Amino acid sequence: MAGLVAAVRLAEAGLRVVTVAKGYGSLRLAPATIDILGYRPDPVDSPAQALPGFAAAHPDHPYAQVSPDVLAKSVQWLKEHVDTYSYVGEPDANMLLPTALGVPRPSAVVPETMAAGDLRSAGPLLIAGFGVLKDFHASLVAENLTAATAARGRAVRARPVVLNPSVNGDADVGALALARRFEDAAFRGVVVEELRAAATGDEAIGLPAVLGLDQARSVWTELQQATGRPVFEIPTAVPPSVPGLRLAQALQDRLRRAGGRLVLGAEAAGPELRNSELVGVRIRAAARVTPRTCRWVVLATGGLSAGGIAVDTAGALREPALGLPVHGPGPGETGFVPGYLSDHPMETAGLRVDSRLRPVGPDGEPVYPNVYAAGAVIGGARPWREKSGDGISLSTGYLAADEILKEAG
Amino acid sequence: MTAEHEFDPIRDSLDHCVKCTICESACPVAAVTPLFPGPKYVGPQAERFRGAGASVDASLDYCSSCGICTLACPQGVHVAEINSRARQVMKAQKGMPVRDHILSRPELQGILGTPVAPLANFALANKLGRLLTEKIVGIHRNAAVPKFAGHTFSRWARRHTPPATATRQVVYFHGCSTNYFEPGLGRMTIAVLEHNGFRVIVPPQGCCGLPLQSNGIFEAGRGYVRRLVAHLVPYAKKGDVIVATSTSCGLMLKREAIEILGVQDEDLRVVSTQTFDICEFLADLLAAGELKTDFQPVPITVTYHAPCQQQGHNIGKPALDLFALVPELKVIELDRACCGIAGTYGLKREKYDVAMKVGSGLFGDIRSAQPDLAVCDSETCRWQITHGSGSTSVHPVEVLYRAYGLG
Repeated sequence: MAGLVAAVRLAEAGLRVVTVAKGYGSLRLAPATIDILGYRPDPVDSPAQALPGFAAAHPDHPYAQVSPDVLAKSVQWLKEHVDTYSYVGEPDANMLLPTALGVPRPSAVVPETMAAGDLRSAGPLLIAGFGVLKDFHASLVAENLTAATAARGRAVRARPVVLNPSVNGDADVGALALARRFEDAAFRGVVVEELRAAATGDEAIGLPAVLGLDQARSVWTELQQATGRPVFEIPTAVPPSVPGLRLAQALQDRLRRAGGRLVLGAEAAGPELRNSELVGVRIRAAARVTPRTCRWVVLATGGLSAGGIAVDTAGALREPALGLPVHGPGPGETGFVPGYLSDHPMETAGLRVDSRLRPVGPDGEPVYPNVYAAGAVIGGARPWREKSGDGISLSTGYLAADEILKEAG
Repeated sequence: MTAEHEFDPIRDSLDHCVKCTICESACPVAAVTPLFPGPKYVGPQAERFRGAGASVDASLDYCSSCGICTLACPQGVHVAEINSRARQVMKAQKGMPVRDHILSRPELQGILGTPVAPLANFALANKLGRLLTEKIVGIHRNAAVPKFAGHTFSRWARRHTPPATATRQVVYFHGCSTNYFEPGLGRMTIAVLEHNGFRVIVPPQGCCGLPLQSNGIFEAGRGYVRRLVAHLVPYAKKGDVIVATSTSCGLMLKREAIEILGVQDEDLRVVSTQTFDICEFLADLLAAGELKTDFQPVPITVTYHAPCQQQGHNIGKPALDLFALVPELKVIELDRACCGIAGTYGLKREKYDVAMKVGSGLFGDIRSAQPDLAVCDSETCRWQITHGSGSTSVHPVEVLYRAYGLG
């Protein structure tokens, strides 16, 4: 997401932007909610209020370079740039949305199709799964939600139902295939009938996030109208993520409309240097490696799990695209500790950046004055623990573009 | 894995698969038919069971070889290439229709069809003839087949006198379709290159073997590509650039002959690194300040669809950078994955409907844009686009040819 955000912003400002990608990024696997800060490690009610203190306590965290003003502007920017549907919520307050495991998850800015699941205010819920969708179990969601909300002091009653509309006669389909079926009116009609028969009292209806791909807003609106109840999506737990696909497509459409270019299947193979200044990036494409010259680079290649940071069998860390220095446990140092859910030193490995998001060397000085980093390639964060990944990607992507625009004048 | 296993950068890339499903969500075929379960399922997943060459899954035949899975994969898994190789094994084990042998030899079609072009074209445009062809051979009666030009580009090129003013040299790999079906594209390409000061060499050349490769007929495909390479390699060794207007055949030389057919050959490697898609080459000239930009206004609206095989070059869409130089040309960039045809896939009786469904989004976009021309780099895609949308479809070079005022 960080790369697309920066690319769209720069292209819309009139710069010639080429986005080079080895493949589609992990945004397509994300629930596409904008989690800014959920835990520090105690639960956060207001990310906007918590951030200054959090940044001060974590000077190596990417949020240490992001002011509350930039964060707020980046959220506003995203809301204005997704046409698929509206994003609702503000950095001031976390909602608590159900996960596919029935856990209340803090998130600040979410697709409108998910907002009615906010457990801070929700009434009784009917959680509807599909017999053909093995990645989402309504009873698991409902039982865990009921228990988890009771433990938090505000019990939400949740009840499961399994819907069985025919999906091409298949016994087993994925989330994406189901989302495509939802774009068919006859299929929706069958689902609506089953939902109307199942729902009672003033229940709101929670469904897995498969309510259409390109037509999500109209599918969701129709379901609310036809059932006469609030309807909300719950992100599915295993890939693909339909909301992630929607958001990635929305940003890619924006990039194309702004005249930005996307080069897919190509890999960065190092900096193109002239007198030790970076004047481009060497790109590996079919048959050869060729330099692409440019004035500025935004590096948004992701963290360890995405390959933006690599670690070899000896434990040495490197940044494969431009060969930038990586901060983290070196060979022979402890990268991982016993205990799957422990704090592993390797988790926070990544680039260190200055206040303008330029990767710095051990001396604290920028390695190249015209290279900026955005998203998970910047180290210092534990996004899965903090629930901060999308907020970091969005705000640093936005800020990297800001810095370049300042220079471009 | 056996003791004698040697590292194979294509097949062994499946170890990088993290089952993220990004390829599945990008696959245009799996999106429209349950007959194809998706590239991950038949690729990295099924490949683990293939071991000593056993074919485990016939649905692989419904892969169109568009290559979008490889492009989309963020982990660098060569999904499409693994699937193409597995299909070859499967078809060798299960046998293949005679049709696939015919469809995959455009050069033979051209040699046989060109002298009798009026008759051949009549047969191809005749409903009864097409019905019989479908019943007997298995080529769908409605599928977009090209017309024989009746004369060849290579014959024209041999008689063509290059301008005396040329200051540099480039080699043109025109491919079978330009030779037999669209010789006009070859003439326009030469005019555009000569306008930019090039002397264009057109060596004798034959089929690159791509249709054989995509139909799983590897041994014959290797023979074709080796013969082609033998024609081109003397120029490549001298450092001459080879440009291709058939974007999929250019990709065959650049990558697929090595990665799919497994041709390990120094001559091919040299040819590969010297081969450029025509728009890639012209855009590189532009970047170097060496492209003539004396473009005249072309006050028309065009749509541009970058076909899958062009995207496989990993060069983005250089045609758009060239079009941006043409005054008054309105360009609508389309963002659809595939037109469905995938070479010979959409011609086949059992796959025609799948191919038309794959392309339906693209056809709809073109119909609603109502362009004067639907521009696309690949010949079989152009024929499919015209068939599906009704719009005349041309290669990007044709737009540049007009803009240079060459015809």
